[in-house]
Amino acid sequence: MVFHPVAGVILADENTRLIVQGITGREAATFTKNLLDYGSKVVAGVTPGKGGLEVYGVPVYDTVQEALERSEQRENLKRTQFASIISVPPSVARSAAFEALDHDIKLLVIVTERIPRKDVIEMVEYAEEKGARIIGPNSLGLISPHRIKIGMIGGPAEDVRKAYSPGPIGVMSRSGGMTTEIANLLTLHGIGQSTCVSIGGDPVVGSNFLDLLPLFEKDPETRGVVIFCEPGGTAEERLAEYVLEHRVSLPIVAFVAGRFVDEMPGVRFGHAAVIVEGTRGSTRSKIEKFKEAGILVAEHLSEIVPLIRGFLGS
Amino acid sequence: MNRVLTCFLFDKTVGGRYKNVMRLLEYESKKIFQHHGIRIPRGVLITSPEEIQEEGDLVLKAQIPSGGRGKAGGVIFASGRTEAKSLANRLLGNRIRGHEVRQLLIEEKLPLEREYYLGVTYDTTAKTPLVLFSAGGGVDIEELAKVEREKIITRAFKLTRGFLEHQAREVVAKAGIKGKELLQVSEVLFKLVEIFIRYDTTLAEINPLGRTSQGEVLALDGHLEIEEDALYRHPELEQVFGIPRRDIGVRQATEFEREAARIDSLDHRGVAGRMIEFEGELGLIIGGGGASLTAFDAIRNHGGKPANYCEIGGNPSVRKVCELTKLILSKPGVKQIAVIMNVVSNTRVDLVARGVIKGVIESGRLPSEAIAVFRVPGSWEREGFKILEKYGVPYCDRTVSIDEAARRAVMRVKGEKSKVKG
Repeated sequence: MVFHPVAGVILADENTRLIVQGITGREAATFTKNLLDYGSKVVAGVTPGKGGLEVYGVPVYDTVQEALERSEQRENLKRTQFASIISVPPSVARSAAFEALDHDIKLLVIVTERIPRKDVIEMVEYAEEKGARIIGPNSLGLISPHRIKIGMIGGPAEDVRKAYSPGPIGVMSRSGGMTTEIANLLTLHGIGQSTCVSIGGDPVVGSNFLDLLPLFEKDPETRGVVIFCEPGGTAEERLAEYVLEHRVSLPIVAFVAGRFVDEMPGVRFGHAAVIVEGTRGSTRSKIEKFKEAGILVAEHLSEIVPLIRGFLGS
Repeated sequence: MNRVLTCFLFDKTVGGRYKNVMRLLEYESKKIFQHHGIRIPRGVLITSPEEIQEEGDLVLKAQIPSGGRGKAGGVIFASGRTEAKSLANRLLGNRIRGHEVRQLLIEEKLPLEREYYLGVTYDTTAKTPLVLFSAGGGVDIEELAKVEREKIITRAFKLTRGFLEHQAREVVAKAGIKGKELLQVSEVLFKLVEIFIRYDTTLAEINPLGRTSQGEVLALDGHLEIEEDALYRHPELEQVFGIPRRDIGVRQATEFEREAARIDSLDHRGVAGRMIEFEGELGLIIGGGGASLTAFDAIRNHGGKPANYCEIGGNPSVRKVCELTKLILSKPGVKQIAVIMNVVSNTRVDLVARGVIKGVIESGRLPSEAIAVFRVPGSWEREGFKILEKYGVPYCDRTVSIDEAARRAVMRVKGEKSKVKG
């Protein structure tokens, strides 16, 4: 990645310029306004066939290429400063992501839900080739409080300011809503956040816990990370293995929701899936692995606070 | 909680994690295999024993959307037409692994020399498609994965580059297979990967691929799972193969759940659904996905008995929330409802409050009495709290955690129960 962040942010900062692909959609127009209110710099929107319009003062172009070139001329910007938020119908999401990657955007936040898995994997493969990072799909976005917000996360600026505050704790969550819930819990107890990422609710996401943890480790301002986990998949198990193998010293607090789902045995994922996942994927297995790796497990949501205080010292 | 429910929970999306798939039946999968040049045994699909005209050694296979058929008695052998008819008579109409057997695939039984396992799926964490192969004879692949994982050869590849013929040969050769057999088996593997990619499957499996004593290689059994989110771009399934799009999910929905699904489809504003019925006394209106899982756990941790699971979010209309409230309150045994969501940023607190209160009133109950707790902080909360106050509903703001709100709901519903008992 070309991005060299300042301390306290891991993916984007005040200098990041945003374009919104699909900006003329109802949802995208709303979050564009919320982003501008919060102080994020949305410089252009893209909707093929709607070039020439404006959305809350943001100029709309037909292509990403034009959006980038015009913005660069206007503000004397570098290509590496851009990030794109993709909020388009699922059938054209792959094409939108490829368009952004073709023009060397290095950070893509994909809000769109229900993108076929094959398309997601193709995007991820192309992003790797281009040295870019994808957050999502099915992500509400990310935020470094008081610095930048990318995507829908937290909603209107007024609500974002209530829930999120700057500080030393990173948050990664499979659930967009719970990203805000956890930040709100921390803020209430006087614990601020460095960067909070809604990694996306799909089985395959561009950046999972495992991909993002090293960024938090490198960030000098982040002194601990909270992760929100759900049943299924093996991302948590592999994170625990990574923590053990690399002797990660950054404290991690995990909350695993949906424990009731475990109490129903006899599940078959189909043969090949069973082989990939082994017996892993249950919340019990995730919790066991976390404990073995020294990851702190919050038994209930509010317990996150005392666990953080334990290593922050209050 | 029962096993069927388990299937449902894992099959359907809970907390947004699982994506729905349409699991094709064996005979449907085989149509696609054959279309792409993978040989299959001669066979015929029947719905009544009288249709059996075949003679000789036969295999009768129940067509159900579930694995583990063999062990459950869904695959049986017969010699000759008479025996086949009598066995078919016994099998048809039976329930196997929770599915009624309505169709049988009758196939010739072939003398086999060797069997192989071929699979293609996604490793979701590594974000890559993965080919799996095993040359163990007559394997139960799950057992093999547990005890002799090293006997399964796996190989990741890139979708943007495709899986090439030489890669298929490398995988099969790694299992020690040589000569003509290597070429035959790797050709099937190559075609299976093509099918995997072309039809947007999340799992494509041939188990087993068999080699007959005459040296022919055929797909004896196998199945495909196609991702629901990609079905829109596969009209050929119905047009070419006659495979209709159908209700996805292993479990038969209960009447209560079907009604909830109907309510969710009243309009396109937000989600008020994913209902799962339980046997408790505390009705739940909870959301979004992650918070629903959190709240459900919290209710149970505090000794509560939920009457249902659900997920609401995306700013559902007042009408939907109202109808959902009425449905839950009408469920026998439900004493009160708890409304718990994470700090919302898209869903409006006031609209949820209005919907719930309207539903309670239309059910002939008092909001102050029927709503155990209302904990939805976030956007439009001032307006929402004003409405709740007006009706005397016990509500919490963002300083009360999901966990504490769950505790209050459980305490209150327990208190109500003792009052009823007098």
